[in-house]
Amino acid sequence: MAKKKTEKIVYGVIWFVTYLVVFMVGYIIFDIVIKGLPAISWGFLTQMPAKSGSQGGILPAIVGTFYLVIGTVAIALPLGIASAIYLNEYSKPSTFTRMIRLGISTLAGVPSIVFGLFGMGLFVLALGFGKSILAGSLTLACMVLPTIIVASEEALKAVPDSMREGSLALGATKWQTIYKNVLPYALPGMLTGSILGIGRAAGETAPIIFTVAATLLPRLPRSIFDQVMALPYHLYMLATQMPNQTTIKPMQYGTAFVLLVIVLGVDVVAIIFRSRLRRKNKW
Amino acid sequence: MQKWKEKAVKLGLLGASSTSILIVLLIFFYLIKEALPFALDPGLSSLSGSLWAPTSMLKESFGILPLLTGSLLVTAMATIIAIPVGVIAAIYISEIARPAEREVLKPFIELLAALPSVVIGFFGLVVFVPLVKSVFGLSTGLTALTGALLLALMAIPTIISISEDAISSVPSSYKQASLALGASKLETIFKITVPAALSGIVASITLGIGRVIGETMAVLMVTGNAAVVTMNPLTSVRTMTATIAAEMGEVAFGSHHYRALFWVALILLGITFALNILAQKALSKYKLG
Repeated sequence: MAKKKTEKIVYGVIWFVTYLVVFMVGYIIFDIVIKGLPAISWGFLTQMPAKSGSQGGILPAIVGTFYLVIGTVAIALPLGIASAIYLNEYSKPSTFTRMIRLGISTLAGVPSIVFGLFGMGLFVLALGFGKSILAGSLTLACMVLPTIIVASEEALKAVPDSMREGSLALGATKWQTIYKNVLPYALPGMLTGSILGIGRAAGETAPIIFTVAATLLPRLPRSIFDQVMALPYHLYMLATQMPNQTTIKPMQYGTAFVLLVIVLGVDVVAIIFRSRLRRKNKW
Repeated sequence: MQKWKEKAVKLGLLGASSTSILIVLLIFFYLIKEALPFALDPGLSSLSGSLWAPTSMLKESFGILPLLTGSLLVTAMATIIAIPVGVIAAIYISEIARPAEREVLKPFIELLAALPSVVIGFFGLVVFVPLVKSVFGLSTGLTALTGALLLALMAIPTIISISEDAISSVPSSYKQASLALGASKLETIFKITVPAALSGIVASITLGIGRVIGETMAVLMVTGNAAVVTMNPLTSVRTMTATIAAEMGEVAFGSHHYRALFWVALILLGITFALNILAQKALSKYKLG
């Protein structure tokens, strides 16, 4: 009987620990939603910041993050999809393929602040782009590339070999087969998988500090060589530079809320899209 | 004609997939190039000191020991918290939870991994910092412990996700054999299933530590950033990542301070690279990674 009692306690502890994690996740999201939502107004979303960000809105930070995400996608998506096509469709087991795979997994483990230093050195200084949307997007693209490659490869693997064999048997070349008979089926999966990585780019701070982020720039960017404000960096500034002003709290929570909505919103859209896709593409 | 096109496409794709290697090589090359001159003047020995005062008016000092111990202390504490919590939650999700419960729990906990680190840092600043301050009766809640708590939160989803994959990929015949021999469900979990999944669990922990040691924003916001050599969790510390983030923006290009920061980055990259290789080794058994 004693054994049964210990088992019950162990089960209880396991349950408690698991739901403690769940509680923490819920608490973080709940706290930011409850305190951030009241701070959101039309003015907050569409006005320029005033008085070093302690008043006014966050429009330039929203626009800046938007531009950075677009730039990152435009660079990393084609590159990542092309890499995945090579790895899944063309590559044979060789030292070179292993090198590529090692490169991808190494890249996935590089700390974000190191990407920031690298981006500053290569894009900002050596290539002379200056602190700009271009330099920031390139840096973020290096960071999300591994995620996009892995996601795209998964999507390619999900296309059955019979689709390839049928096309090849009819006399199509390898690239014709891939382009006409594999990619159309893999593309939606590639995109949804990649979106999950791109949500990360929208929320990163460390890689953009030295490559694009402006502390306070109450105007909209004019070209890709312009600096921009970005939501994560704006939140960092608001949270650390004037933490003791009570009037700043709604600004902080409002910014955190908008950032959270963008990052999680993108993920939720991707997940819904993916589950629809799974139902449609059955073979 | 057609043949040329095929070849060109293949070559183009090969080029694209080589960019990953190229970027990795460029990162190493650039960090080494910027760090190297420091080895000649003022010499590597000046990195070994225990005083980090790169902007001192009297005498600049670039001892990285306080930064190393800062990172080590915060990472070690975060790992000690995150391992049991992460592994236990993975066991619950994979072996104990009902199927419907599992379908909800896993994506919900993975939400935590999707939260930007600056949001977690902000949450830490408004919730954990005052909490640590009042619980331990300190003058400030900006301590190594606060940073470790946040980092544990960030490592937990990685540990849960990969451990859960490893635990659920243990063949059910193992468990059935154990149950048939009269072991209880709990005995089966702890004596059969978890040991069988051990290398996946180890990989998840290594990847989790990799994430923790490279994490920048959350520690920068809540650890107080005092560069002192200490192993006391209730004092303020300054990690390697936070040092780079806080100082690189104001440093003079090419100065000793600038080059010292690149040494910090190089050491950081070396540590994460080694952890990554270890994790890949452990994972190759499962072909998950």
